[in-house]
Amino acid sequence: MVLPSLLIIVLVAFFPILYGIVLSLTDSTISGFGSFIGLENYTDLFQDSDFGEGLYNTVIFTVVSVALEFFIGLGIALAINRAFRGRGLVRAAVLVPWAFPTVIAAVMWRLMFQSQVGIVQYVAASLGIISEPILSSRTLLLIGVILVDVWKTTPFVALLLLAGLQTIPGEVYEAARVDGANWMQRFFRITLPLLKGAILVAVLFRTLDAYRVYDLFWVLGNRELQSLSTYVYEGVRISQLQFGPGNAAAVFIFMTAFLIALFFIRVLGMRTSVEEE
Amino acid sequence: MASATTTKGAAGRGTLNAVLFYVFLVTFVLVSVFPLLWIFKMSIVTKTELFASPPTILPQTPTSESYGTIFGDPVFQQALVNSTIISTVTTVICLFFGSITAYAIARLRFRFKGTVMTLILAISFFPAVAIIAPLFIQFAQVGLIDTYASVIITDTVFALPLTIWLLVAFFRELPVDLEDAAKVDGATTIQAFRKVIVPLAAPGVFTTAILTFIHAWNEFLFANTFLLDPAKQPVTVAIPNFATVYTVDYGAQAAAAVAVTVPLVILVLIFQRRIVSGLTAGAVKG
Repeated sequence: MVLPSLLIIVLVAFFPILYGIVLSLTDSTISGFGSFIGLENYTDLFQDSDFGEGLYNTVIFTVVSVALEFFIGLGIALAINRAFRGRGLVRAAVLVPWAFPTVIAAVMWRLMFQSQVGIVQYVAASLGIISEPILSSRTLLLIGVILVDVWKTTPFVALLLLAGLQTIPGEVYEAARVDGANWMQRFFRITLPLLKGAILVAVLFRTLDAYRVYDLFWVLGNRELQSLSTYVYEGVRISQLQFGPGNAAAVFIFMTAFLIALFFIRVLGMRTSVEEE
Repeated sequence: MASATTTKGAAGRGTLNAVLFYVFLVTFVLVSVFPLLWIFKMSIVTKTELFASPPTILPQTPTSESYGTIFGDPVFQQALVNSTIISTVTTVICLFFGSITAYAIARLRFRFKGTVMTLILAISFFPAVAIIAPLFIQFAQVGLIDTYASVIITDTVFALPLTIWLLVAFFRELPVDLEDAAKVDGATTIQAFRKVIVPLAAPGVFTTAILTFIHAWNEFLFANTFLLDPAKQPVTVAIPNFATVYTVDYGAQAAAAVAVTVPLVILVLIFQRRIVSGLTAGAVKG
């Protein structure tokens, strides 16, 4: 009964990865299979400054946005982990950014960053925070992309962490309180250790999601802001000459994403659901 | 606002905390919904007001002009149709494959179950961009480029882990006794599944359908890769292109963004309780 699903997953996801690895070792083009050239595409790739820029932007984006999302999300989760009036409203508000298609969020924020009609540009320039149009500065664009991702995804992280918090029984806190533990001790000795599973899941999901970021960079950056994924896309779909390095970059993303997942599972001791069986 | 409540004593502190808490909540809610409200405002103001500096907070003379522009645009109309077809077909296929797989995982014992789960889960961590070139070549060989099928196939594969994950969680909550009773009465596994499980699981299946639909509706990378023909492109590909079509008509761009987001937001708000429990089901167990 699981065969049909497995078959389609292997056929459409795993087989192409192998094919992609083969492609990356040849001088193929989008229209024709080439001959074996060893690691030439990879040496080209690592010498390409565009790739360097994409890697740099992706790493900054991933580290900063996931860190912000985690800390703000944890703060929100801790704050709303109690009964209060208006809980439904908060939950609804949480889901609004989440339901947005990422590209549409990018289109909306681009309109708000726009130099003639953009509210963010207007307010930031009026307050003297920025002195140039957001959309024409790569640094500001990168900051903008990070902020949009934080806006869109923090509520979701908060939701996951809140679900984790709610599995911690109240008696544990009661016992700690009776034993005279202050809130810091309760937080670091009880909440964090018991929340570790939920934290690892949320952070791993977010890290891998941020690492493969494509939509936000492509649309908000209007093709001027490079990420690893936009580099691959440009290489294999737009430019005819960059097909080889583009494929090498594709394999690079896959391998590094795999290593990140492995790191979480092996080094940080994340339990996968499989082991609960 | 907060200073007014800093009266002394325990009751005062309690009030202050409550006020701070609600200030925090209101800020959080405002930040979450502000972009949608602001873009909605941009979509209903006149062109003169749109370019006014300083910008107006509330629309002065609301107009539906921008909506007239985009809904009158055949490209946008077609994109809405395309998105609907792609998302609906993807959802149906995902539910079909997903529910049998999820049922097997939730109820049956079989070898390599762990491996199967890992393989399925690995897809949700998979950088899709890594396979667009090989897939493009394969799809081109079989003539799938510029067909709905190309995107439906890839969307299905990448939505399946979500579908299966959610359905396994829902199926596990159902009482096993009922199926056993059905089997004692002579029903086969498939019959037990169809006649007992499916009706009972309907609410869960419905939630899963909504989430799968949203997933497919929001997909961009594959559509932007395999659909070059504007007549086949979904809204996620068409709307960013409006930036070059409606160069300075920011109102029309805003209207298009609102038009494809509001239905999703409404859907999510109606079913928020179920969606939240569905989304967090996997994480808590993991």
